[in-house]
Amino acid sequence: MAPKLPLHHPVQQSSTASDAGQASAHAAPPRGLMRWLLTTNHKEIGSLYLIFSLTMFFIGGIFALVVRAELFQPGLQLVNPEFFNQMTTMHGLIMVFAAVMPAFTGLANWMIPLQIGAPDMALPRLNNFSFWLLPVAFTLLLSTLLMPGGGPNFGWTFYAPLSTTYAPPSTTFFILSLHIAGISSILGAINIIATILNMRAPGMRMMDMPLFCWTWLITAFLLIAVMPVLAGVITMMLMDINFGTHFFNAAGGGDPVLFQHLFWFFGHPEVYIMILPAFGIVSAIIPTFARKRLFGYASMVYATAAIALLSFLVWAHHMFVVGLPLAAELFFMYTTMIIAVPTGVKVFNWITTLFRGSITFEPPMLFALAFVVLFTIGGFSGLMLAIAPADFQYHDTYFVVAHFHYVLVPGAVFAIMAGVYYWLPKWTGHYPNVKLAQWHFWLSVVGVNLTFFPMHFSGLAGMPRRIPDYALQFADFNLVSSLGAFLFGASQLLFVAVVILCVRGGEKAPARAWEGAEDLEWTVPSPAPLHTFETPPTFQRHEH
Amino acid sequence: MSQPERRSPNPGVRRTVVRSVATLVGMFAFAFALVPLYDVFCRVTGINGKVDTTAQALLHEGVDDSRFVTVQFITRNGAGLPWNLEVETHQVRVHPGQSTEVGFTFHNASGEGTWGRAVPSVSPSNANRHLRKVSCFCFEEQHLEAGERLELPLVFQLARDLPPEVNTVTLVYTLYPVDREGAARQARVADSKGGEA
Repeated sequence: MAPKLPLHHPVQQSSTASDAGQASAHAAPPRGLMRWLLTTNHKEIGSLYLIFSLTMFFIGGIFALVVRAELFQPGLQLVNPEFFNQMTTMHGLIMVFAAVMPAFTGLANWMIPLQIGAPDMALPRLNNFSFWLLPVAFTLLLSTLLMPGGGPNFGWTFYAPLSTTYAPPSTTFFILSLHIAGISSILGAINIIATILNMRAPGMRMMDMPLFCWTWLITAFLLIAVMPVLAGVITMMLMDINFGTHFFNAAGGGDPVLFQHLFWFFGHPEVYIMILPAFGIVSAIIPTFARKRLFGYASMVYATAAIALLSFLVWAHHMFVVGLPLAAELFFMYTTMIIAVPTGVKVFNWITTLFRGSITFEPPMLFALAFVVLFTIGGFSGLMLAIAPADFQYHDTYFVVAHFHYVLVPGAVFAIMAGVYYWLPKWTGHYPNVKLAQWHFWLSVVGVNLTFFPMHFSGLAGMPRRIPDYALQFADFNLVSSLGAFLFGASQLLFVAVVILCVRGGEKAPARAWEGAEDLEWTVPSPAPLHTFETPPTFQRHEH
Repeated sequence: MSQPERRSPNPGVRRTVVRSVATLVGMFAFAFALVPLYDVFCRVTGINGKVDTTAQALLHEGVDDSRFVTVQFITRNGAGLPWNLEVETHQVRVHPGQSTEVGFTFHNASGEGTWGRAVPSVSPSNANRHLRKVSCFCFEEQHLEAGERLELPLVFQLARDLPPEVNTVTLVYTLYPVDREGAARQARVADSKGGEA
């Protein structure tokens, strides 16, 4: 381990490190496209991840808007049911695997080396490879929409036998693309673990790391544990489809319910993979703008670890209606509810951090506060769904759709946006335009709630998921949802405008762009030079 | 901890990578190991309606006259086997401990001889281990010539320790083709072409 250093040591950002960007220019670095294709720099790869993710966010968003346009009123207007099913499926797959996960990996690439005082990721060339797998994977996935028989149409959960016996011929391509995306995530996770465990600045203990690093470390362990299970499941599907095996086919002694067990053994930790890094971002932003230390740093770390461990014991709460024995229903109901305890610890800590803080409402803080409120609403509807007998009613209704969109859109996506607004001054050297960012925030908040809140009601009234047409009594709720969806979708164009304007110019940001920001990334100049911390910084320990 | 050097991972990084890759391989193998484990788990605990496909001895424990249990029979055709399975009676009322015989008729409606098998499933699942099949056509595969009819018996007994809350037991038989002559594969291809009606 690193040698122990005296506690009150000033942070030394030596001038050599800050000038290193100009000083250490390599011999004739490749230019143009090749520069991006061959880069091993964590900041450039981080930017690539973020740009890729934003692109996919819009593609997945367009799919969602096709769905919402069709559901604007009852009856079939715009698309036929087969295409509708492909849209719901592709929306889910793209948003989960191509938008949210790469966005977090991008933020990790950019910020983890800066936050722990490392010069780069531990395995820079592997880092390049894991990014460039993604465009390959998702070009392949999107291309299935153009294949005979269409793209995947069985929902993002691709339950067998819908995804094996009754699947379109393009399913084999879907499996390959998911394999490639999975390898990308796994390599990214290995890289993050190797970086965090081995490359911290001298003097920085694990319990000194910013929470974003902690939550990502735990997320990376989850990825390593469950992505191979996903790979196993889709390999079994591949064999069922092409090689005559019967893993999920009852005719040959297989079991379709086994598919659901295996899928959700991956799927539930995957849900936390998409939210734990968000916890880390919010835990960085709230103390900054409340100008207080984060309340309960250690309990945040332990709560994150507890959520990650519990996530392996709750998978069957997605399967309450498949006919589980009573003992299993009870077991999974209770374990699911126990997760509310560490999650509650986190929400408590954020609120306590805000308590008697000197709060200002810069754009990142607006998104972080909306995260706390709206994610908690999503958490509460999750508790309702955890009650096994109640779930018999809610299962596969719009109530479920409302629940997971509350935890993913104003949860994961708002946290990503909060992170982008928070770190944009570090990336570009300019503050984002406050007026535009505020418009973006308020339109997004209104749009999100208009879209997803009525879904609670239509779901409780019995509207099923994944249908292109519905009974007349749901018409008003769906009309509101569709209007909200278009408002939310359109307001994301403002986000793009803010980012582009911020890259091109704006108010200059100093190294410590936010007054209350404490972590190591704020000791390097803004914009961060291409190479930072080539001489490791001396870390000053905060009292957490 | 030594200072990290760019381009040459330090031993710590190497160790982390080796361990991560070992975990990855282990978890991938674990996913496949779960397939037989799940099967064994379901059989041992009797959940998921998975039934022993071997004959069980008749228990001579006397008949419990104090209660009646309704046993229902449902027969279904799985995809790709042009057979019919009919049962002489759709439900019987029996006492626990009593042994009962029910006749089932297989009929091959197609123009060629094929192999098939009736796969049983019991619900509710907590009745599973208490339904003892003394003799059942479901223990083996059947071969039927074109147009052949075959009557086969099921002899079963409900054990006396059947949980008291169980008043109805449903036994479902689903007919599946047997892959002896590649029948299953052909059937699946034909099925995916025709689609599910």
